[in-house]
Amino acid sequence: MSDKAVPPVREGIRTIGQVTVPEPVFACRDVNVHYGDKHAIKDVNIDIGRAEVLAMIGPSGCGKSTFLRCLNRMNDTIESARVTGLIALDGQDIHDKRRDVVQLRARVGMVFQKPNPFPKSIYENVAYGPRIHGLAADRGELDEIVNVSLRRAGLWEEVKDRLNNPGTSLSGGQQQRLCIARAIAVNPDVILMDEPCSALDPIATARIEDLIDELRESYAICIVTHSMQQAARVSQRTAYFHLGDLIEVGETKKIFTNPQAKLTEDYITGRFG
Amino acid sequence: MSPSIVLLLIVALAVLAFQVGKARAIAVVGGHREVRNLHSLPGHYGLLTAMWCAIPALFVFVAWVAFQDNVLTRLVTAQLAEGQQPIPAAQMSLMLNDLRNVVAGSLPASSVTEPVRLAAAEFVRLKRIAGFSLAGVALGAGILALLWVRARIRPDLRARNEYERLVEWALFACSAVAVLTTVGIVLSIVFEAGRFFSIVPFTEFFFGTNWSPQMAIRADQIGSSGAFGAVPLFVGTLLISLVAMVVAVPLGLFSAIYLAEYAAPKLRRVVKPLLEVLAGVPTVVYGFFAVTTIGPMLRTIGESMGLTVAGESALAAGLVMGIMIIPFVSSLADDMITAVPQSLRDGAYALGATRSETIRQVVLRAALPGIVGGILLAVSRAIGETMIVVMAAGLAANMTFNPLEAVTTVTVQIVTLLVGDQEFDSPKTLAAFALGLMLFLVTLLLNVIALYVVRKYREQYE
Repeated sequence: MSDKAVPPVREGIRTIGQVTVPEPVFACRDVNVHYGDKHAIKDVNIDIGRAEVLAMIGPSGCGKSTFLRCLNRMNDTIESARVTGLIALDGQDIHDKRRDVVQLRARVGMVFQKPNPFPKSIYENVAYGPRIHGLAADRGELDEIVNVSLRRAGLWEEVKDRLNNPGTSLSGGQQQRLCIARAIAVNPDVILMDEPCSALDPIATARIEDLIDELRESYAICIVTHSMQQAARVSQRTAYFHLGDLIEVGETKKIFTNPQAKLTEDYITGRFG
Repeated sequence: MSPSIVLLLIVALAVLAFQVGKARAIAVVGGHREVRNLHSLPGHYGLLTAMWCAIPALFVFVAWVAFQDNVLTRLVTAQLAEGQQPIPAAQMSLMLNDLRNVVAGSLPASSVTEPVRLAAAEFVRLKRIAGFSLAGVALGAGILALLWVRARIRPDLRARNEYERLVEWALFACSAVAVLTTVGIVLSIVFEAGRFFSIVPFTEFFFGTNWSPQMAIRADQIGSSGAFGAVPLFVGTLLISLVAMVVAVPLGLFSAIYLAEYAAPKLRRVVKPLLEVLAGVPTVVYGFFAVTTIGPMLRTIGESMGLTVAGESALAAGLVMGIMIIPFVSSLADDMITAVPQSLRDGAYALGATRSETIRQVVLRAALPGIVGGILLAVSRAIGETMIVVMAAGLAANMTFNPLEAVTTVTVQIVTLLVGDQEFDSPKTLAAFALGLMLFLVTLLLNVIALYVVRKYREQYE
């Protein structure tokens, strides 16, 4: 697979900074989203690179979560949402009729704002994805997947003696790590995180941030966050959204120390947001 | 003076009291301009006065109406007995009966004995007097209370607080009526059931397999020894409820899943109320539907397959009852499925689960306690259902699990035991109370479990 099918970014886009990366996982060209009459995302062009954390920041209602949900077609579940433009995963259009949304979501995991473990045991929560995608041939393999996923999510030591307890019996931070384990159990290429720490206390947040840093080695991670400190801590690239426009993309260090756009500067210096 | 006129007078007095209280409050503070110096609004003083005025008056009224006939009867019978030999109890009750009939006008005065006629006349006279004295006492109590409150009205009287406390008590009294009535019903059932079990042993009732509640009225009567083994009734009830649940659970559950997860909102808005209309159809209508349509239809189908189906069968009653309770299952299940947070569905979709996988493995799993609760409520409804089974299930206390035969249920037997003339010391009649107690306990248990399960589930996602 190559990105040859993906056209280069057209001339004249308003986004400031370097929107493309070599060998991207995701390539997005002129993505627009409408909710009914509302134009939520306007001509967004951006690439998401391998083994990098892309942070998406911006004031509330700027469209960053909407854009994130385009990447695994979660907007399909919203009746009034209409997505146009090209979104390519490894060079293949994710809206291609020949491909299935189920396959897409098996390759693009997602972690939500509020931890949402299923009403099942801890083990079954993690085993759910591998089960529905038939990733394990027998119980032994499934055990192995659950074990590895929980270890990677940094939860194994805390839950290894109570895998049969309900997932909802864990604390908020543990639940969120369980959801991360659940997402990585299907071995995705990309993990999308929609404000994963906004419902957690600072200690649980710190653990998740460490985890994100570790996971970066194996997965491309795209994280929406309201905390600029968090974006600065965990990400390599940062994208700033404003009222549906992608204003600026660049290396995180550069965005936070030397933003090019006036809007970005105003936002990160706390003039609004 | 009839009680309804007295009641009207009390209401009028209360209205008057409102005006008096309000005017007094304004007067004590020194006119309309000064109402700011009152603790409460003038209207609150009026309401307080009206409440205090109405409560004693109504109390007297209710007590009077409740005991009037009793007291009057006693006075009259005391007169009847005067100067004669003591009248035997049986004769006395006969005379009283005549007396009541004469007073009610359903028996011509000429057809009863002289003392009874005199007593009846006396009764009517006393009743007239009582009517007037009721008005006097009730209104008197009201007026006294009015004057008392009026004297208490000062600017610093906390009228609003007092009035609100009175309202609180009034609300409490209303709910107490419902609770006490229930307690009374339960106690009466328990008491009568106790009498039944003092005649018929527990073991026969709970383990006997022969139900034939005809009691011999004369000592020499044949074949009516009375047998009170209730097992066939329990089996019949169980069988019909089972058939009903086999119909209602899948239909109700699947329609709930369709409505909650698949149907377009527009369709859902139309179909859901339509389905709930099923719950509003009177059960007697279902009953004759079962008797005139389903029963004969089952028999024809059975004959064509070489089966003998009784004209009244557990199957017919169960099928129709199942249709009846579909809305109980579907409506509650639908609520529970809709209450499953969208975030759970999103979580499953984001893992690449299909719609059906999400519904089966995540949504239903989360809604399960609520659905089970709904099903239990439906079961208790099925067990207590009477009209359909009276009409369609038959009366024969067959001990069978074959749904093609006629069976009878606890509710049907209660109806047949209590229809017609009964003596209340016969085990035949008392058996109805024992059955009622069983029914009450089972449905109570089911409801408690169901409510517990539902509540526990609700706490989880709110």
